[in-house]
Amino acid sequence: MRTVVVWCPDWPVQASGVDPAGPVAVVHANRVVACSAAARAEGVRIGQRRRQAEAACAGLASVARDPDRDARAFEPVVAAVAAICPLVEVVRPGLVAFAARGPSRFFGGEATLIHHLLSAVPSGRVGIADSSFAATLAARQGRVVPPGETPEFLVPLPVTALDVSGPEGPGQGEMGELAGLFGRLGIRTLGQLAALPAPQVLARFGGAGAAAHRLARGLELRPLDARRPPDDLTVSVELDPPVERVDTAAFVAKALADRLHEGLAEHGLQCTLVRIEAESEHGESFSRCWRHDGTFAAATLAERVRWQLDGWISGPVGQRPTAGVTLLRLVPEEVVADQGSQQGFWGGVAESDRRAARVLARLQGLLGPDAVLTAVVEGGRAPGERVRAVAWGDGGGPLSPPELPWPGRVPPPAPTLVSGGPASLLDAAGEPVVVSGRAEVAAAPATLDGAAVVSWSAPWPCHERWWDPEGQRRRARMQVVTADGRAVLLAVEQGRWSVEAVYD
Amino acid sequence: MPVVPALAPLLPQGLQRGSTLALPGGAGRTSLLLALLAGASGSGAWCAVVGMPALGAEAAAAAGIDLGRLALVPDPGERWPTVVAALLDGIDVVAVGIRRPRPADARRLSARARHQGAVLLGVGSAWPESDVALRVAGAEWEGLGRGHGHLRRRRLDVEATGRRGADRPRRTSLWLPSDSGAAEG
Repeated sequence: MRTVVVWCPDWPVQASGVDPAGPVAVVHANRVVACSAAARAEGVRIGQRRRQAEAACAGLASVARDPDRDARAFEPVVAAVAAICPLVEVVRPGLVAFAARGPSRFFGGEATLIHHLLSAVPSGRVGIADSSFAATLAARQGRVVPPGETPEFLVPLPVTALDVSGPEGPGQGEMGELAGLFGRLGIRTLGQLAALPAPQVLARFGGAGAAAHRLARGLELRPLDARRPPDDLTVSVELDPPVERVDTAAFVAKALADRLHEGLAEHGLQCTLVRIEAESEHGESFSRCWRHDGTFAAATLAERVRWQLDGWISGPVGQRPTAGVTLLRLVPEEVVADQGSQQGFWGGVAESDRRAARVLARLQGLLGPDAVLTAVVEGGRAPGERVRAVAWGDGGGPLSPPELPWPGRVPPPAPTLVSGGPASLLDAAGEPVVVSGRAEVAAAPATLDGAAVVSWSAPWPCHERWWDPEGQRRRARMQVVTADGRAVLLAVEQGRWSVEAVYD
Repeated sequence: MPVVPALAPLLPQGLQRGSTLALPGGAGRTSLLLALLAGASGSGAWCAVVGMPALGAEAAAAAGIDLGRLALVPDPGERWPTVVAALLDGIDVVAVGIRRPRPADARRLSARARHQGAVLLGVGSAWPESDVALRVAGAEWEGLGRGHGHLRRRRLDVEATGRRGADRPRRTSLWLPSDSGAAEG
């Protein structure tokens, strides 16, 4: 099917809010997952370790990855494209697709359509081809593949192009692994792959291999299946009282996605395109279509609901709802027969992750959602400020970037126990140790809570929020090691000492 | 499950599924716990820490633990054995920081871990049913002087004893934390 793809290059960089003209890298788990053109020119590559990237490019601004932020920032782009063609499908933040035929006829040709798209999305690139996979690759080059020439367009492209979504995208890198395998077997271009006979590819590489072969020949991933799902698969939930917060709605969405999944599973179906509809108390409605390369699992689906509602609720005034959300509906637009999924032989996302998620969800039911937590590293000076605990499953990135310099923060290693309590730090004469305004100790500390002090640091002065007469705090911190091997971080405020953290 | 290379002399077979390890008191046990979890987490295992509200997540991340696969139940309350038993059903490594567990509870949970193929870590108290106990024999900080410098790294002597002292104790000495925050030999 002739498809138009609008692709925003380096979307995580554009969404990060840092000027994309400079060298910027988006980092996850210490690896670069996206970088700006300026950073790429300096030698930064996706997949690199952060330290290597920083060595390659001086002055590199690195930002933590946040899929929610990417999705939220992408909503205005989707809205702009939807103004031109209402039947737009969001593949992932940074990439939308829609069928070319209707819109290009309406605008009188593909060239005019592209002109309209590019004036609506200046940062995007448009590609048109006869399959959605080829259109995605065409969008990278910003070109239009004439009708019927898609197989020729794909012939010279490297086989690694199969992995268009990257390891973070849908499909969990299955295509990427397959592309690596093809490469090792000497199949280097899509043309070479397409030249192989289809039955043998299926016999040797299984379902994923057959899918890759279809893509390489310029066909859709699956044969067109005009099956419309029965109406009763649509699931909806009415929210009473209306929901104003995204996380509450996401919690409901999780249960709703589970219900949709159960209904589909009963019919032996899987969903590849889903429409998420939301309505507010004042009757405003908002709906978007989400496409998935693989098939939607309940958790991925719930994530899409959160992204969409986040984009709606935090959108510009005039487009955001004026009241709480009262209705959520999931409509499976396109379904395929469920062929089952093979669990990874060596771990992978597989069963262990699902088991862990089930167990944690059960505990949240037992103890309440706030009893099971996950930690996010934050920016801040005190050890207690550098960590935020969020309820399991709420996700969310740091509120303040931990990478920025925080003057006055205690240098690493980070303490392993962050818990406080009063302390008494005395000098040899038995008087409390005093830190002067110039951050100097008057007399050497001798005992901490009765234990002899072996070594101590010079005090780190820290004057926070000095511009705010109410909220300002003036403290000094000091590391102390006692004779029994205990290392603690002390803080003094208005002459009173307390333990802030323990290096256990 | 693998352990970080620095701990390999103590646990040559890695963290064996179904086993119970004890980390009794003494300075350095929290760092030791984080180093153990880091080895498992690095191989994609799920970890949970129960009953340790003060655990520093920044140190955990620096040790090499994937925070996305680390669940914290800081305050499980009186029903902690139920919570730990539920976690052992689906989480690979469960660390429990409860003071003086009842021997009956400890036995039951160790049996559960053995049955589910999970690893149970009893932190901060003599866990009655442990297969291996890791003790800190000595610790020395570097980098801090008398009024200057800051804590940089710590040399830690660790001793592992097997079940009821059947094996010869193994000893090793490692940097924990090292300059990078992780454990190094």
